[in-house]
Amino acid sequence: MRRFALFALIIAAGCSHPNREKPSVAIGAKQFTESILLAEMGTQLGRRGGIEMRRRDLGSTPNLWLALTQGDIDAYPEYTGTITRQILKDDPPDLAAALAVHGIRMSRPLGFLNNYSLGMRKDVAAQRQIAKISDLRHHPDLRCGFIPEFRDRPDGWPGLKRAYDLPQKDIREMKHTVAYAAVVDKSLDLTEVYTTDGEIAQYDLLVLEDDRKFFPDYETVWLYRADLEQRRPDAVARLRQLEGAITERNMRELNTRVQVGKAKESQVAGDFLSEKFGPAGHDSTPEPDDTLARRLWDTTVEHLQLVVPSLLAALLVSVPLGVLAARRVQLGRVVLASTGLLQTIPSLALLLFLMPLLKWLLGSGIGAPTAIAALFLYSLLPIVRNTHAGLTGIAPSLRESALALGLTRWAILWRIELPLAAPTILAGVKTAAVINVGTATLGGFIGAGGYGRPILRGLDKSDIPLMLEGAIPAAALALLVEAGFGLVERIIAKRRGD
Amino acid sequence: MFQLDEVTKEFAGRTALGPITLTIPDGKTTALIGPSGCGKSTLLRLLIGLIEPDAGRVSFDGTDVNAGTAQALRRRIGYVVQDGGLFPHLTARGNVALLARHLGWDRGRIDARIAELAALTRFPTDALDRHPQRLSGGQRQRVGLMRALMLDPAALLLDEPLGALDPLVRAELQNDLRAIFQSLGKTVVLVTHDLGEASFFGDRIVLLKDGRIVQDGTPADLWHRPADPFVTRFIQAQRGPLIPAEAS
Repeated sequence: MRRFALFALIIAAGCSHPNREKPSVAIGAKQFTESILLAEMGTQLGRRGGIEMRRRDLGSTPNLWLALTQGDIDAYPEYTGTITRQILKDDPPDLAAALAVHGIRMSRPLGFLNNYSLGMRKDVAAQRQIAKISDLRHHPDLRCGFIPEFRDRPDGWPGLKRAYDLPQKDIREMKHTVAYAAVVDKSLDLTEVYTTDGEIAQYDLLVLEDDRKFFPDYETVWLYRADLEQRRPDAVARLRQLEGAITERNMRELNTRVQVGKAKESQVAGDFLSEKFGPAGHDSTPEPDDTLARRLWDTTVEHLQLVVPSLLAALLVSVPLGVLAARRVQLGRVVLASTGLLQTIPSLALLLFLMPLLKWLLGSGIGAPTAIAALFLYSLLPIVRNTHAGLTGIAPSLRESALALGLTRWAILWRIELPLAAPTILAGVKTAAVINVGTATLGGFIGAGGYGRPILRGLDKSDIPLMLEGAIPAAALALLVEAGFGLVERIIAKRRGD
Repeated sequence: MFQLDEVTKEFAGRTALGPITLTIPDGKTTALIGPSGCGKSTLLRLLIGLIEPDAGRVSFDGTDVNAGTAQALRRRIGYVVQDGGLFPHLTARGNVALLARHLGWDRGRIDARIAELAALTRFPTDALDRHPQRLSGGQRQRVGLMRALMLDPAALLLDEPLGALDPLVRAELQNDLRAIFQSLGKTVVLVTHDLGEASFFGDRIVLLKDGRIVQDGTPADLWHRPADPFVTRFIQAQRGPLIPAEAS
């Protein structure tokens, strides 16, 4: 009975996380500084108008577009070149009309261009006499580092290579900030740059001239849902205050303050707004306080909201699966092999695989449900395997004693077999929980929040303290979970008089 | 009353038992004895339906023992194995009360019955809340017996119940067991490989060899009228046996 009570308590704890009120307007951001800054400006402008707004950092273009069309977010900053080449894969004469088909509207340009180009060290370029992209044809040995998106997008490297007939073969995938650092220390020669990047000025890099005009203009606009105009016309009006308001020079400075000066995006965005539109009025919605303790609390709650439900769901599914596997030898092999196979799928691949599936099932492919689904799948194997091992490890004579008493099969399972296997099952749950706490940091990639959020953001900004804000609590939570289970194991052992 | 008619049992293509026809009468203690592999434990397991015969029929009080009836019958038949077969995650009390709890007995009734059984088996009540690994071998066997007797079964089956005990504990428990069997007047079937023990308990001894009954009679019959040279060999192989007097 006490076991029942404990179990019920755990479930209740898992379910009773206060459901945060859905904010009326959600602004999406891609996970790089400029996008976050723009989304932050939109969010703060909304708050200045007393509108409850929340920023959600969601990864790359396909995620954002999906989230916008599904209504997970209401608006996000995008570049016209990306809209035509990557989202619509078409260059329609009337872009606004083409977007309207999807229920999406577009603001006027915010003022600055953020074009693609290629950048390299000035001394290396001078030595090889490179000034334009077409000059690269004569230097097939150049080592290139691109972000995965640029390497694969038709408007990125593949298109550029075709347009200029470029011969480079040594192409490596890496994060944008890492590529900059590699070019600076000469372990790479060439990387893609965005013309508003703060690093260009910081490292005094040469931006190669796009002499065949391959790259389109990347004007910055807001994309927002058509229904937002009906629901919150004031929010749309606030966002559109940024139209024509930001120059390329402004943007580069703001980016530099964050990337190089390690200033907080919310601070930098707020300063710019105050300079441009005057200080925030008294009727504005207060910004949520942004202390370390507050951030830690938020990420911890988010992280637990991924870990606890996925672990509980895994427990509910894998213990019966383990029982089945122990009872039916053939079926058991299949169950163990398939949960084992799940374990071998790289976590990012699993997330990407689950996104369309969850979209089909739940109507949303991003955010916590997808991360919970992935964590659930990863938690199955340790629990199934240990349930199976715990049950098959019971001495046959004990099972026979139970049968001879006249207990039903269910009573034998419930009163004898599961309690005898409990220490082994618990060890499996412990393993699953510890893996789960670590893997949940990947939730940062799909906007599920948790400790992965500061880790990924810190990686992007090369901001080690920010990375540690996620990494240290994640490690501490894993240790705490391990210690917690250890304590439970000792209490059970003690009650059994070992 | 147990009844076996032309019962055979094979394991992996080898006949382990039978064909055997045997009646085990009510209220008496029957000892099944024989060398290792003679089929005596197989016979006991057939009686309680833990295994089913390949041919023939096993019944208890007129009811066939089969997959459909075994569970209900087992609640009327107590079963004790070597070292008690206790569940390590339950205390002595938990082991004894297991089936009664499953059947929904109230706590008072369970406690009263356990007190009664502890007195009967001379089990110290302060040890009732210990787990099996903190009980002595003799105590574990007494708990096994209490568990088997909890529902006051009509019959009691014991499979080498004292095999794992040292001689002094064993002798003490033998005395207690015989007193219990006599006071309860239940049908008892006991498997042992020790002729002294079989004679001590058994109103009747069934000697098995290679799955067949070699002799079925009183201890005195075996000693004085062996049916077969094997019986004589088996008797002589026992060291320091207790030779019973010829009944007068």
